[in-house]
Amino acid sequence: MLTTNFILVLVVLTNLKLLGSSRLGASIRVVAAQGVVLGFLPILAHWHELSLHFALLAAGTIAIKGIVFPWFLFRAVREAEVIREIEPYVGYVASLVLGVLALGVSFWMCMRLPMPENIASPWLAPVALFSIFAGLFLIVSRKRAVNQVLGFLVLENGIYTFGVGVAARTPLLVEVGVLLDVFVAVFVMGITIFHINREFDHIDVDRLSALKD
Amino acid sequence: MNALAFIPLLLALVLSPLLFGVINRTKALFAGRRGQPLLQTYFDLWKLLQKGAVYSRTTTWIFRAGPMVGLAAALTAAMLVPLGNFPALIAFPADFLLFAGLLGLMRFFTVVAALDTGSSFEGMGASREVFFSALTEPALLVILATLAQQTGQLSLSTMLEPVSVAHWQHAGPVVALVVVALMIVLLAENARIPVDDPNTHLELTMIHEVMVLDHGGPDLAFVLYSAGLKLWLFAALVVGIVLPATANAWLNLLLATGGMFVVAVLVGVIESIMARLRLVVLPQLLVGAGALAAVAFLLGLI
Repeated sequence: MLTTNFILVLVVLTNLKLLGSSRLGASIRVVAAQGVVLGFLPILAHWHELSLHFALLAAGTIAIKGIVFPWFLFRAVREAEVIREIEPYVGYVASLVLGVLALGVSFWMCMRLPMPENIASPWLAPVALFSIFAGLFLIVSRKRAVNQVLGFLVLENGIYTFGVGVAARTPLLVEVGVLLDVFVAVFVMGITIFHINREFDHIDVDRLSALKD
Repeated sequence: MNALAFIPLLLALVLSPLLFGVINRTKALFAGRRGQPLLQTYFDLWKLLQKGAVYSRTTTWIFRAGPMVGLAAALTAAMLVPLGNFPALIAFPADFLLFAGLLGLMRFFTVVAALDTGSSFEGMGASREVFFSALTEPALLVILATLAQQTGQLSLSTMLEPVSVAHWQHAGPVVALVVVALMIVLLAENARIPVDDPNTHLELTMIHEVMVLDHGGPDLAFVLYSAGLKLWLFAALVVGIVLPATANAWLNLLLATGGMFVVAVLVGVIESIMARLRLVVLPQLLVGAGALAAVAFLLGLI
């Protein structure tokens, strides 16, 4: 219970850090750390009924989110030669304040939702919802394509958090399928970033809307 | 009223300048220097009190009132903060709001006294001080609100009673977040690195120091002493939150007093291993502290 809570607090803090950080490298590392921390969540949330299922899920999550994704994204950033976000639509301090507001909204909403009895921690649902909000916010408020991929990952982490904590008996196949989907998505996005960069010499998606054929 | 209630106030009055000595010694240790005597602040205060004050003709009564009001506010605030198991001299429900208000009053008079001199440097310092405190004050209030909500108490004296180890285990993440946020607020409010450098010699980069440049003699002694008291009070908040309880009240008091100097050593260590942050990055740090406090408050709700 206590360790689960600490993991959830870490997830909240990493999300806030992402909202307030301009360096792409640091952001990628933070998302990687979030992935690794979340990897331990299935083991800790179901400590009493530990099985090979959860161990496999944890190992797969840590390997993909903690090692493979960061490696992809670092490669994309290196190829595109970008270091930091440029002038996001919403500033970093404003993003932080909005993030805290979003956390408040998630708590308010989850206090009104009926929760299953055997939920791992009372903070689980609000934190999952907050991750989803933070991910969506990153996607709409940042200009660099890499940051939007990170936003997508955070969004997926939110869904994963909710799934692991609430549904105790999801078939392994479904979870592995979701993980594979995300893997393919990030893979494609990494390649797309590289190609956008090669075609247009930048990965600033704001300027892509002015494209003419 | 209990005579023992005077103990926290007396300890604050006597020991608060020693905190600066401990911080400076810690920094000296890191730099490989011998450092100034531990009691240097007491010597400084004594020396300044012997001197006469010089007042510029452009200043008015506000300038002279500044240090006195500041000291009075700090002394009153010191009566509200408990130490160990001993309650504060004055305790009533919601006195933490008065505590925050007194610190605000102290800052307000420092700022208007600085503006009263008409010096552009002091105006700059005043502007920065007000800007940063506008970010730290909400953080401080949310921290105190979180404590009130966690303990179910509305007075600082009952809020900061030593908590048991079981409480730490129950609300560990919340307490940890509150302490980190409070440490950042402590550093910012007391003009320490990474927010302000107390040793800087360039007026352009100062925040607190530049506002008191024109004070001299007893006035400067008042400013210095109230700064010491303020640091003591914030350290007392930190110690009050983290210190686990023992059965013996006197042992608790001893531990709490020791804890104050541990906080001072911690501040010294932070000052030694960190550089000062750029002014443009500071709002992010302070808003971050507020965000941590708000997260703690929200987590405490469920």
